[in-house]
Amino acid sequence: MEALYGHPKSLVSVQSKYCPGCGHGVIHRLVAEAVDELGMQEKAILLNPVGCAIWADLYFDMDTVQVPHGRTPAGATGIKRMRPDHLVICYQGDGDLAAIGTAETVHAANRGEKFTTIFVNNAIYGMTGGQMAPTTLVGQKATTAPRGRDPDVAGMGYPIRVCEMLATLEGTKYLARGSVDSAVNVRKTKQYIKRAFEAQLRGEGFGLVEILSPCPTNWQMSPSAAADWLASDMIPYYRLGEIKNELSTRGTVGEGASLQGAAL
Amino acid sequence: MANKGKPVIDRERCKGCLLCARSCPMKVLAADETPNSWGYYPSRAVAEEKCIACGNCYQVCPDVAITVYKL
Amino acid sequence: MAEEKCLMKGNEAIGEAAIRAGCDAYFGYPITPQNELTAYMAKNMLDSGRIFIQAESEVAAMSMVFGASSAGGRAMTSSSSPGVSLKQEGISYACGADIPCVVVNVQRAGPGLGGISPAQGDYFQATRGGGHGDYYHIVLAPKSVQEAADLTYEAFDLADKWRMPVMVLADGLIGQMMEGVVLPPPLEGCKRPDRPWAVGSGKSGARNRISSCILDPETLEAAIHSRYERYEAIAKERTSFEEIEVGDAELVFVAYGTSARVCLGAVQAARKAGLKLGLFRPITLWPFPSERLASIASDGKRFLAVEMSMGQMVQDVRLAVNGAAQVDFFGRCGGVVPSEEEVLAVAKKLLGRDA
Repeated sequence: MEALYGHPKSLVSVQSKYCPGCGHGVIHRLVAEAVDELGMQEKAILLNPVGCAIWADLYFDMDTVQVPHGRTPAGATGIKRMRPDHLVICYQGDGDLAAIGTAETVHAANRGEKFTTIFVNNAIYGMTGGQMAPTTLVGQKATTAPRGRDPDVAGMGYPIRVCEMLATLEGTKYLARGSVDSAVNVRKTKQYIKRAFEAQLRGEGFGLVEILSPCPTNWQMSPSAAADWLASDMIPYYRLGEIKNELSTRGTVGEGASLQGAAL
Repeated sequence: MANKGKPVIDRERCKGCLLCARSCPMKVLAADETPNSWGYYPSRAVAEEKCIACGNCYQVCPDVAITVYKL
Repeated sequence: MAEEKCLMKGNEAIGEAAIRAGCDAYFGYPITPQNELTAYMAKNMLDSGRIFIQAESEVAAMSMVFGASSAGGRAMTSSSSPGVSLKQEGISYACGADIPCVVVNVQRAGPGLGGISPAQGDYFQATRGGGHGDYYHIVLAPKSVQEAADLTYEAFDLADKWRMPVMVLADGLIGQMMEGVVLPPPLEGCKRPDRPWAVGSGKSGARNRISSCILDPETLEAAIHSRYERYEAIAKERTSFEEIEVGDAELVFVAYGTSARVCLGAVQAARKAGLKLGLFRPITLWPFPSERLASIASDGKRFLAVEMSMGQMVQDVRLAVNGAAQVDFFGRCGGVVPSEEEVLAVAKKLLGRDA
C-alpha cells in the first residue's frame, strides 16, 4: 500500500495551537512542502511576526526570527541582504502586512527585495479576538465594527486589495492570490508558493503570495461554513490568480507548464 | 477504473473541523461519534470502499492528520 | 605605520570608525543634525560593497538592523532624538532577543520636533530603557570627534561581547564640528567574533531561533534575571569616566559630552584665578560610574551637575551620592549650549565667591 502524501520534513509533527479549520495549518504545510521540494530546509529562514503567525516558529523546522509587528519586511530586508543565498520567507497576517506594516511592505516591494512574502488574508484580526482588519469586507462584522464595516457613516474605509496595490510598483515581479477554501484552490496556491520560492532562488524579487484563509473562530462560523463564506464572499472581491507575473520564466499554473525555470 | 484508496486519520491529531468531509467527492468521511482525548469528534472514513485516493482530504486538512494510501 | 591625524566632521568620523570596525550593514533615515553620517555611509558602504539602505523610516531602519544582526552582520543605525524615539520598539526587541548592534543618537532639542541645535535631553531615554520592559544597554558619551570615533569603533566589539545594542550618545555640536582625529586601524577579519547563535549559518542540522517572546511568566522572569547578571558583569568591567583635577577641588562639575567641554573650560579659567574646581566626566552613562562618584562624595566634595537639559543625569548623581554630599544642578535646554562663563558664575555663586 503506497502512501500518496507524506508529512513534510520541514514541518514539525505535533498538534498545532491553531483553531480547527484555520487556514494557517494548510498554508504551513504548503510552505514546508515547497521548502522540502526545493531542498532548502537547511538554508531557509522564516520570519514570524505578530498575530496568529507568532506561533509559526513552533511548527517550522528551520531557522526563524521573531520580529516586531509590521516590521517583517524590514527584518527580512536585513536578513536577505546579509544572507542572499538563503531562502527568506516572511509569514504575515493582514494586520502585520497591511495595517501597522504598510510602509514596510510598500517600500520593501518598491526596492524589489528578494525575499518571499506569504500573506495570510483572513479579513479579521485573529489572535486578538476578532477586530476589523484592513481586508475586512464592507458589512462584515468585527468586534471593532459591531454593526459591520461601514465606510460611509462611520468612516471605516474599504477593504484593501494588497496585490493590486503593490502591482503598481516596478520592484514587484510576482504577485499571486490563492485560497485554501477548496482542494482545487489549495493545489493552485501550492504552485504559486513554489513559483515564488523558485523566483527568489533565481534572484528575482519582490515576490508575494496572498492566500485567502478562513478564520472560523472570529468569523463565528463552523469550519465548513467558513470555507463556504470565503468562496461566496471573499473570492468575488479578492480575485484569485497571478495578479502580476514578470518573472523570467512564464508558464501558467495548472496547465502543465514547467515550473523549473532557468538554471540557478 | 478509478483508483481505489484508503484515508487513514490520526484521531488524536484531528480537530474535527470536517473540511475533509466537505472536500471529499465520494462522501467517504464524516464525524466519528466517539470523541478523541481532546474532546474533538474526529473525522472517520465511514464509506472507505468509495475512496478514489484523489487526495482532496489531505490537501484541505489543516493538521496533516490524514494519510492517503493508494491500494 | 602610525595613522595620520586628519581633520574630520564628527558625523563623518563616526561613520569612518564604524566602517573600520567592520560594519557590514548600515540602515538610516535623514534627520538633522546627523545627515552627514548617513551620506558618508551611503558613499562609503556602497563603494566597499557593503550594505547601505536609506530606509522608509527610523522605525524600519531599526528592524533592518535587527534582521541583519540576527543573520550575523555587524549592523548600525543612526538618528537624532525624534528618530531615536521611533527606534525604541526595535531597541527593546534587540535587548529582549540579545541582538548586538550599534545605535548612534546625535541629540537635538526636544520634546516633539523641538529644534535642531544640540541638547542632552535624551539621557533618560538612553539610560532608563526608553522602550518598554526591563532592560538596559551600554551608552557611551563622547566629548570630541576623536572620542566619537574611538567609542563608535569600540561599540561594535562591546555589542558582540555583551550581546546588546550599544548606543553612542553624541549631540549636534559633536556631530557638526570638525576636529583633528586619528582613526583606528581597520579591524582584521580574523578578529571578528563568531556568532554561533545567528540564523543563516548554513550549518546542517543547526536550528537557530531568534525571539524575545517568552509567554511563560516564570521562564521570562528567569531570562530577565540572567540578563541582569550580565549587566552586573558589564558594570564591573566596562564602567568608565574621566577625572580632571578632582583631588583638591572644592566643587566638582559632573558633566558629559559637550557640557563636559564647557565645564573643562570653566575649570581651567577657575584654576587660573586660584579657584579649585574639578570635573568628573562619565564616559559610560550606562553603566553609570556610581561607585566612583560615591567615593568622591565621601571625600567631602560638593557637586554641580551641568547638562543641556532640565536635569536628567543629575538624578543618577544624586542616587550615587545618596545624600552624602551637596548636589546642585545647572542646565540650559532648547538647543542652547551653556558658556564657560555662565557655568563658572554658577559655581562661584554656590561657593559664595561671586563678589
